[in-house]
Amino acid sequence: MKYAVISMKHITKEFSGITVLKNVDFNIYQGRVMALMGENGAGKSTLMKILTGVYLKTEGEIHLNNEPVSFVDVRSSQHAGIALIHQELNLVKDLSIGENMFLGREPVSGNGRILWSKLFNDSKYWLEKLGLNENPRELVKNISVGKQQLVEIAKALSADAKVIIMDEPTGALTPSETEKLFQVVNNLKTEGKSIVYISHRLHEIFEVCDDVTVLRDGELVSEKPIEELNEDMIIEMMVGRKLSEQYPRIETEIGDDILKVENLSNQFVKNASFTLKKGETLGVTGLMGSSRTELMRSIYGIYPHHGEIYIKGEKVRIKSPKDALNLGIAYVTEDRKTNGIIGEMDVRENITLSSLKKFTGLMGVVHKGREEKTAHKYIQKMSVKASGTKQLVRYLSGGNQQKVSIAKNLISEPEILILDEPTRGVDVGARKEIYDLINTFKAEGMSIIVISSDIPEILGICDRIMVMHEGGISGFLEQKDASQEVIMTLAVGKDV
Amino acid sequence: MTMNKFINKLLKNKPLIVLIITSVVVSVLNPRFSTWGNILTILRQTSINAVIATGMTFAILIGGIDLSVGSVLGFCGAIAATMIASGTNVFIVVITALLLGTAIGFLNGTLVTAGRLQPFIATLGTVTLLRGIIMVFTQGRPVSTGNTDASAFFGKIGGGFIGPIPVPVYIMLLVFIAAYYILNHTRIGRYVYASGSNEEATIYSGINTNKVKLFVYSVSGMMAALAGILVTARLGSAQPNAGVGYELDAIAAVVLGGTSMAGGIGTIAGTAIGALIIGVLNNALNLMQVSSYYQDVAKGIVILIAVLLDRKQKLLR
Repeated sequence: MKYAVISMKHITKEFSGITVLKNVDFNIYQGRVMALMGENGAGKSTLMKILTGVYLKTEGEIHLNNEPVSFVDVRSSQHAGIALIHQELNLVKDLSIGENMFLGREPVSGNGRILWSKLFNDSKYWLEKLGLNENPRELVKNISVGKQQLVEIAKALSADAKVIIMDEPTGALTPSETEKLFQVVNNLKTEGKSIVYISHRLHEIFEVCDDVTVLRDGELVSEKPIEELNEDMIIEMMVGRKLSEQYPRIETEIGDDILKVENLSNQFVKNASFTLKKGETLGVTGLMGSSRTELMRSIYGIYPHHGEIYIKGEKVRIKSPKDALNLGIAYVTEDRKTNGIIGEMDVRENITLSSLKKFTGLMGVVHKGREEKTAHKYIQKMSVKASGTKQLVRYLSGGNQQKVSIAKNLISEPEILILDEPTRGVDVGARKEIYDLINTFKAEGMSIIVISSDIPEILGICDRIMVMHEGGISGFLEQKDASQEVIMTLAVGKDV
Repeated sequence: MTMNKFINKLLKNKPLIVLIITSVVVSVLNPRFSTWGNILTILRQTSINAVIATGMTFAILIGGIDLSVGSVLGFCGAIAATMIASGTNVFIVVITALLLGTAIGFLNGTLVTAGRLQPFIATLGTVTLLRGIIMVFTQGRPVSTGNTDASAFFGKIGGGFIGPIPVPVYIMLLVFIAAYYILNHTRIGRYVYASGSNEEATIYSGINTNKVKLFVYSVSGMMAALAGILVTARLGSAQPNAGVGYELDAIAAVVLGGTSMAGGIGTIAGTAIGALIIGVLNNALNLMQVSSYYQDVAKGIVILIAVLLDRKQKLLR
């Protein structure tokens, strides 16, 4: 028999008259993992922010162990044993693991002195419980993202959390770290902890979750045990329509070399040489630390490098993103928030930022009318869901921010488009739209490089695949010869 | 409906409300406050701080700060006074002083970009350095603009009238309009906001943010020099300690106007209101013959209240 530790009933949330959650029921069962699924903008984060006291609900009730409760702030929900582990981890990088775990609730002696040995011993106890053999005195910045994730969990456990919400926990983890995390989740379950698991990666849901709740457009679609579901059913519930094919790859005519990189080296990359042909989609993959991103950012002029770059047979020097853009290379960054979008600016200003020159007349005056028209055109072309060109980008969902980021790069009319993890943190429906866009660009004759750690995605949309391992290129595969196994073999640095 | 919208917008503009409330309270306490003559006096007195604060708005919008403005004001004022006294053409003096201020600003910008110093530290260095140079240059004595035709004409910039309105008020308005136009209608203005709210994303968009910073600090230097010209012209002499502490009033005006110290958010209209709040306070406290010690206490309290009101607005969820 399932016992609901938390049950949220008829939750409605309005932001200045706009309903973002409508009459949603959500249960968290003791000793079980509840998957919370839905496209970006479906209301998952809002629901979790209400549960953790960040937002106040407009209507509805929250029951904790069948007693009605009210969480007016984060502290009151923490007090009830609810812990949220954010997608972007909330650790202070320059403090030690132990200091982070007990931040704000350090054990103190009668006269207020911090009991360091107790703090570090307690930290050690919880870390070991999760199978993490790190010294709690180690600074957080010195451990991998995967271990930081476990530190967050240890922190939650040490605060006696009974319900742990994990938001996209595997986003930045390597496969082995992900495995480790799943083990931890299973152990927590057997100890009677309840877990909410938010992820866009369907196969993970089937690996760790017991129940699934799907939201769509702020409403509850359904709550079912995982045994009664398969991947297609979940996707259909999320998008509200049938997905015919997830990766619609198209064949285009592939021309001559457009980009040729020879012996590119710097602090990240060792002697990288590769070519990209006109109209081709080249997939680049590899494990964390393979320096895929760093290689592409070097080509884009972010990091200084040795070696030669040729565009259409002509040798070029790229010292800054400006040089790259002038040569027709555009780069859509992997980390939207840090270096892709400007949240405080509106959609129009973001879209035109890298090609503002095109909209400027005498004395640097911007033609706002023309700018507006172009922005509007791109919003429609890319079906960005925004209230208009004047909406601030930080209010858009991840998928729509990604589209804005891509649109910005398209206006510079690049011949070579580098997309770094274009679908990370993007929901299933918007993912399909991004794949369709990639195909459109391809059909228009653009050459595309897609960096991704999602191997099915790489296999699904690319003509050729380049695998990297620790800063070097470990092999190239034609799409027809590639498989998940061959790619993994190259990615770990073994010969095929 | 439109009236409601207007009122709503007004209610959201906390700095404006503070300005209105302060003005109303003071007019009730002292009827002399709301006379035409006194209003013009307030505007004239505000102009110096307003001009500096406009430059400061650029620096703060980009996520930086310019502590050197007071010293730039003093330095450019001293140079201008010396040149006027030697009979140089007023037009040439004004251009020279402005260029000098711009050059000092550019130097600040270079320290921040090429020298990779924190703007606070870089301009903390220049503020002391320049004040020292002023002292060496003037031997600690005021520099008179002399008693020539040039100095009489120069004096008009600070003390003259066109119609019923003092010249510095026109200059202040021109500065506001130009700054508004640059920030809202030009490419560099867009880049200022972009670099201030997310510098990395701006670099990735192919923009040289170092150039944007050089521009911003140059503007700030130029505005400080302009304020230096206004002060010197008004007094007919350059005081060696002219401008000491002016950076604080300028920063206060910018922050009162709702500009975020983190950069990326803020407007020139806000700065204008901020500068007026400070101007009104100074004037009112003088009118009511409050001792100068208490004046600072009162000013500090009003600034804190205004900023707190604005803060609460932003925290609403």
